Amino acid sequence: MGRLSVELCGIELDNPVIPASGTFGFGYEFAELYDINCLGTFSFKGTTKDPRFGNPTPRIAECSMGMLNAVGLQNPGVEAVINEELPKLKPVFHKPVMANISGFSVDDYVYTAKKLDAEDQVGWLEINISCPNVHGGGMSFGTDPDAAYEVIHAVRQVTKKPLIAKLSPNVTDITAIAKACENAGADAVSLINTLLGMRIDLKTKKPVLANTTGGLSGPAVFPVAVRMVYQVHKAVSIPVIGMGGVSSAQDVIEMMMAGATAVEIGAANLVDPFACPKIIEELPAVMDRCGIENLTDIIGIA
Amino acid sequence: MKQSLLTVISNSALTSNVYELKLSGIEGMNIRPGQFVNVKTDGNYLRRPISVCDAEGDILTLVYRVAGAGTAEMSTWQVGKKADVLTELGNGYDLSAAGDHPVLIGGGVGIPPLYYLAKELKKQGKTVSAVLGFNTASERFYEEAFREVCDDVCVTTADGSYGIKGFVTDALPQNPTCSYACGPTPMMKALYRSLACDGQFSLEERMGCGFGACMGCSIQTKSGNKRVCKDGPVFRKEDLLWED
Ligand SMILES: Cc1cc2nc3c(=O)[nH]c(=O)nc-3n(C[C@H](O)[C@H](O)[C@H](O)COP(=O)(O)OP(=O)(O)OC[C@H]3O[C@@H](n4cnc5c(N)ncnc54)[C@H](O)[C@@H]3O)c2cc1C
Ligand SMILES: Cc1cc2nc3c(=O)[nH]c(=O)nc-3n(C[C@H](O)[C@H](O)[C@H](O)COP(=O)(O)O)c2cc1C
Ligand code: FES
Repeated sequence: MGRLSVELCGIELDNPVIPASGTFGFGYEFAELYDINCLGTFSFKGTTKDPRFGNPTPRIAECSMGMLNAVGLQNPGVEAVINEELPKLKPVFHKPVMANISGFSVDDYVYTAKKLDAEDQVGWLEINISCPNVHGGGMSFGTDPDAAYEVIHAVRQVTKKPLIAKLSPNVTDITAIAKACENAGADAVSLINTLLGMRIDLKTKKPVLANTTGGLSGPAVFPVAVRMVYQVHKAVSIPVIGMGGVSSAQDVIEMMMAGATAVEIGAANLVDPFACPKIIEELPAVMDRCGIENLTDIIGIA
Repeated sequence: MKQSLLTVISNSALTSNVYELKLSGIEGMNIRPGQFVNVKTDGNYLRRPISVCDAEGDILTLVYRVAGAGTAEMSTWQVGKKADVLTELGNGYDLSAAGDHPVLIGGGVGIPPLYYLAKELKKQGKTVSAVLGFNTASERFYEEAFREVCDDVCVTTADGSYGIKGFVTDALPQNPTCSYACGPTPMMKALYRSLACDGQFSLEERMGCGFGACMGCSIQTKSGNKRVCKDGPVFRKEDLLWED
């Protein structure tokens, strides 16, 4: 194991840096820019049972040190992900990939998880429970411990792969949701997904986003993410993957000190397509300056 | 796509709020007409997409309107400033579809990308017409530059203060072989309805990344879902779902 390597649910990562779902497509387009095998792994675009176009545009708004998105889970559907996207990834990425899964009912999640569980390229299933539950009045699975338990428990029955529950920060007590997921059989939790936000255009006097609201991410959310990772790490005994506003090697280290075993990076990839390889390259020097021998030594040290 | 640190060699006002920015320093520039760049500005999180107005040697020319915080910051850039720019973005116009007599139709800051296109089409020996639409006489820019390159240039102003009074649709030439258009959405939709020939339309959407990663800029077309930044910004008129 190198200085940067960490273990995530039994799979060794060369480093803890993981491009976050929705900011890295299915990876192969980034492979035209750099060798994506330098990454720990990456989480591919949120995949659903059926193809989705997503929300009308504008889907993107800007704010101080961050952005809002209301993409609405545009993806080609799990069939096309397996038959078209994963085969394009195969020649350019030789590590297990993280499959990010979304759904609008428990059955949706189970269907998609079962399909992706059968794929050798997939190392982990990351279940995005921030989606609205159409059978639960549209309330997000991730904001109710019972609903979170139900979906993670159901997916657990259909996969032997490491199962990661991706948590929503739009809750009063994120540790309650994290514990429910742990009890349901999750092997890890990842957090945070985006924070619900909104911008209004002063000229049109209307919301900037066609969807009215969208998810906030980028450096603006970093302190919120660090706080939540810290709280969840203390509350559960499974690994925590930290994300939210990470943009530098220093941020990666801070996230790990808060309790993260690995770190996902989202919006930073959109502003600088080379953000992840740059961060990986900078990590050893920053570790030296902080007197850190191995990254595994600092997980949850704060 | 390429990421480059370019040097400002000039940044001058063409009108009260439209600027021409020249940047040098791209090695092995390989830019097609209709492509755009994504510019990092100080104090703003996301980059700003701006069309390539010209690309000659290692000098890139952009023409931008001050619309908000990012372009306002750009307008303060001094000679020598280093700018972080992603280049070679988007598909660009397909020149092979031009035929003998293409017409280029631009409105406001949709005009700049047509300049580089006009130059390249002239290099191929085409008879190039241009229709340039502005709101009013004082907002005109690049008219002379187009006159030097094109065979025929027509300017319209909405208020009639210069050239033909009206919109670009009031000044279209007879029987062009192909149209290349860029401008505000209402202008593009009017062209879509009134143009008989094939067309290549450059579209605009709010962008997260500008290089295909975020799905922020998607549109639906007759040949499926497309990202304006990567599969576009140029789309065949026949592909657009603008019937209504
Ligand atoms: C492919 C493409 C090519 C373009 N080419 C040119 C050009 O050559 N010359 C030119 O003057 N303008 C061009 N634009 C429009 C230009 O991108 C916007 O005017 C600019 O982003 C506004 O930024 P701002 O910070 O000044 O405004 P703000 O309103 O403060 O920007 C806030 C956010 O909204 C986005 N935004 C605002 N208006 C637009 C818009 N019209 N299109 C896309 N995003 C927008 C900004 O990028 C930013 O993320 C182009 C847009 C696209 C998509
Ligand atoms: C454009 C965009 C699309 C996203 N799509 C997804 C998605 O499909 N599934 C998911 O679980 N998270 C999605 N996210 C959330 C990110 O994976 C991440 O949790 C969040 O953005 C916080 O990290 P960041 O601040 O580094 O961006 C998306 C984020 C952005 C910016
Ligand atoms: S702006 Fe990100 S995909 Fe087009």
